Amino acid sequence: MSVIVLSEDNFDEEVRKTDKKVLVDFYADWCGPCKMMAPAIEKIAEEVAEYAKVGKVNVDDSPEIAEEFGIMSIPTLLIFENGEVIHKHVGVTDKETLMSELK
Amino acid sequence: MYDIIIVGAGPAGISAGLYARRANKNVLIIYSGESNLEKAEKIDNYYGFVNGISGKDLYENGIRQAENIGVEVKKEEVLNIEMTLDGFAVKTIDNVYESSVCIIATGNKKLRPNIKGIIELEGKGVSYCAICDGFFYRNKNVVVIGNGKYAVSEAKDLENIVQNVKILTDGKEMEADTTFDVDTRKISQIIGEDRVEAIKFEDGDTIDVNGVFIALGEAGGSDFAKKIGVILDKDSIKVDENMATNVKGLYSCGNSTGGLLQVSKAVYEGAVAGLSAVKYLNERK
Ligand SMILES: Cc1cc2nc3c(=O)[nH]c(=O)nc-3n(C[C@H](O)[C@H](O)[C@H](O)COP(=O)(O)OP(=O)(O)OC[C@H]3O[C@@H](n4cnc5c(N)ncnc54)[C@H](O)[C@@H]3O)c2cc1C
Repeated sequence: MSVIVLSEDNFDEEVRKTDKKVLVDFYADWCGPCKMMAPAIEKIAEEVAEYAKVGKVNVDDSPEIAEEFGIMSIPTLLIFENGEVIHKHVGVTDKETLMSELK
Repeated sequence: MYDIIIVGAGPAGISAGLYARRANKNVLIIYSGESNLEKAEKIDNYYGFVNGISGKDLYENGIRQAENIGVEVKKEEVLNIEMTLDGFAVKTIDNVYESSVCIIATGNKKLRPNIKGIIELEGKGVSYCAICDGFFYRNKNVVVIGNGKYAVSEAKDLENIVQNVKILTDGKEMEADTTFDVDTRKISQIIGEDRVEAIKFEDGDTIDVNGVFIALGEAGGSDFAKKIGVILDKDSIKVDENMATNVKGLYSCGNSTGGLLQVSKAVYEGAVAGLSAVKYLNERK
């Protein structure tokens, strides 16, 4: 499965109302480190497709979501379970760590 | 355009330079400021020196040895390393140098000052990258903690976005010229629960701030790494057995990758980084 583009319109549906774990990548197009992270995020989305979801929030397009989760630095990666944030990583994070947290 | 730019002229950077130059690559080493080696009064556990050798001598010998075989060596402080379409742009105070490969061999600089609240508030208002995170502080008050040209450069990246930026030296003397407001008082704590709210000084005074950017002394390997998107392991740069980072064409070696903080390990890793860089360049052609 590919990375879901998240916005105000689908955040509840895709992230809060699902029984799967969800990895959400907060990023922006002008953020260099975010671009480094992007290929790994796409790979994770493919590899966990059977049991978890992966989405991304563009902080320029959806500042409200970034604000709600107190995002002050990008990339920030949040992992949700049952609508709650269970892991938070600020900065580029290695794929293995994220994969193991999505299990 | 250089084949390889190495930042740092300690045992790691010089060793990388020697191997790369011997393989006929066009190599620039840029360094400035103290090396750990320079501070070591005597190195007496490194191979081949019957009576040991002073760290300063070993350091200076290394730089001369590299120059002797045709490595270009410049003494300039590096402020930032950026990715370009075909490699890297290494920005110093006065110049920009470009290369296909970059090797970070800047030793181990402490990333964080010992100030209460810093770790707890990372990502909640404490940041290590002005160009990455400035956006979140539009029209807000921020401070940069640092006392050198690196702090001034971070403050400049912020000034057009935020409402107000001040430099706090945390008790140190300001070592760079600047028109920014500078406060030299010692800081006792960064205050805030979910977000940074204020800075408290040791004299009991507090100022309200929304963001705190850390830019101590000279920029170090992990500062560069954070801005490029290199994966760190705590404050060390994460590398594989070829000294490659997660960023293509970017390598690191010596104290900046953590582990055993000794000359022998820095020399070994430098050799591997130099050879890996050569292999990468040859295969790319
Ligand atoms: C007091 C002391 C005693 C020691 N004793 C021993 C010992 O007995 N035996 C032993 O094996 N090891 C010893 N060490 C450790 C050893 O010095 C280090 O492991 C070794 O120097 C690491 O090499 P390096 O090349 O990674 O980094 P360093 O030697 O620290 O070199 C870093 C280089 O990066 C440059 N640099 C950093 N930031 C910038 C920037 N922004 N712009 C441009 N250039 C930059 C510096 O100028 C320097 O050239 C000692 C260290 C200390 C402090």
